[in-house]
Amino acid sequence: MSAVLNSETKKVLTDPLVSNNPITLQVLGICSALAVTSQMSTSLIMAIALTSVTACSSAAISSIRNHIPGSIRIIVQMTIIASLVIVVDQILKAFAYEISKQLSVFVGLIITNCIVMGRAEAYAMKNPPMASFIDGIGNGLGYSLILIIIAFFRELLGSGKLLGIEIFPLVKDGGWYEPNGMMLLPPSAFFLIAFIIWVFRQWKPEQNEPADFKIMDISHGEGGHH
Amino acid sequence: MNEYLSLFIKAVFVENLALAFFLGMCTFLAVSKKISTAIGLGIAVMVVQVITVPVNNLVYHTLLKEDALSWMGITGVDLSFLVLLSCIGMIAALVQILEMVLDKFFPALFHALGVFLPLITVNCAILGGSLFMIERDYDFTQSVVYGVGSGFGWALAITVMAGVREKLKYSDIPKGLEGLGITFISAGLMSLGFMAFSGIQL
Repeated sequence: MSAVLNSETKKVLTDPLVSNNPITLQVLGICSALAVTSQMSTSLIMAIALTSVTACSSAAISSIRNHIPGSIRIIVQMTIIASLVIVVDQILKAFAYEISKQLSVFVGLIITNCIVMGRAEAYAMKNPPMASFIDGIGNGLGYSLILIIIAFFRELLGSGKLLGIEIFPLVKDGGWYEPNGMMLLPPSAFFLIAFIIWVFRQWKPEQNEPADFKIMDISHGEGGHH
Repeated sequence: MNEYLSLFIKAVFVENLALAFFLGMCTFLAVSKKISTAIGLGIAVMVVQVITVPVNNLVYHTLLKEDALSWMGITGVDLSFLVLLSCIGMIAALVQILEMVLDKFFPALFHALGVFLPLITVNCAILGGSLFMIERDYDFTQSVVYGVGSGFGWALAITVMAGVREKLKYSDIPKGLEGLGITFISAGLMSLGFMAFSGIQL
């Protein structure tokens, strides 16, 4: 086990958390995820489901990577991922029926989540199974981190609760907190993601995108030369 | 008729796949820099959505649903756990066929849409549309209307988004928000706008 936990592995595992986060930097996997973040419990389940699917599918694809013909690799990857998602879906229906009802179609949409496909294509096709498994877990955790931050703010500010436990007593129950209804609606997720990206990029300025246009500096730009 | 019209309006505005359910976000953010490309992708999504939702509806009702195989004399079989696999397989196959048909009979259209078609197989809006159709138990006509409506709604959202982003190029935005950050904020504002339709009853 000590050989597995060397510095290379640690890098593969922790890199996707902030410095190469799949959501804020690579813009992957935003698709099916944000709709589940209005509550902590659904986002936790979604995070666990996605992390396990990414890790297992990366390991499975990587172990047969030398036998997959290049022209049909997408179909093969899709089939493996879809089968794993069916397993997760059936497990949720059997053991957490209420939550699986709330997640509705979003568990199924893990199939088309770009993180899973992206890691399979970019990492698992070139690396051995164990490393791919850890890479899958790392990227799943990067995704989970963002999901849980968003869900924390949405549930706390939107209904004054965390994981269903009351934190701020609401005005209608005789407390002091007036809930912000917008936090439960889709637009708030967009705003929160934008703020998280802003914080990350303020912290690590090398993630800033180059601007398409520059505003001309008036004091020097009199002649308009650039 | 009224029922179908209200389903259409709901699919386009209130339950817009991109802005209310965040489906197809990756492509929505990546391909919305220019209006012309956004329109191309929007039309491609609409065409694929119009074909795949009704076909998946037929497959579900004749093969996978509980007791659906009774027309073959087999009863008590429930294959609905295969829905995910069959939907994604169906979508991948249909996109492939559509690509070949367009290439053979409508070369001009193929060149306009060609680059976007492979992207569409992994677009969550397409799979999401089919899964919502199954979850809400639409019949065949409803699924046709829903396919048209949801595809049109997505195309509308990405076109408007591209228009906003073309204008945004010239604005002075804080360094860390440039690019992705401000795009999310404008998508959030648009989503607020689309929610204004939610009170409409037809």
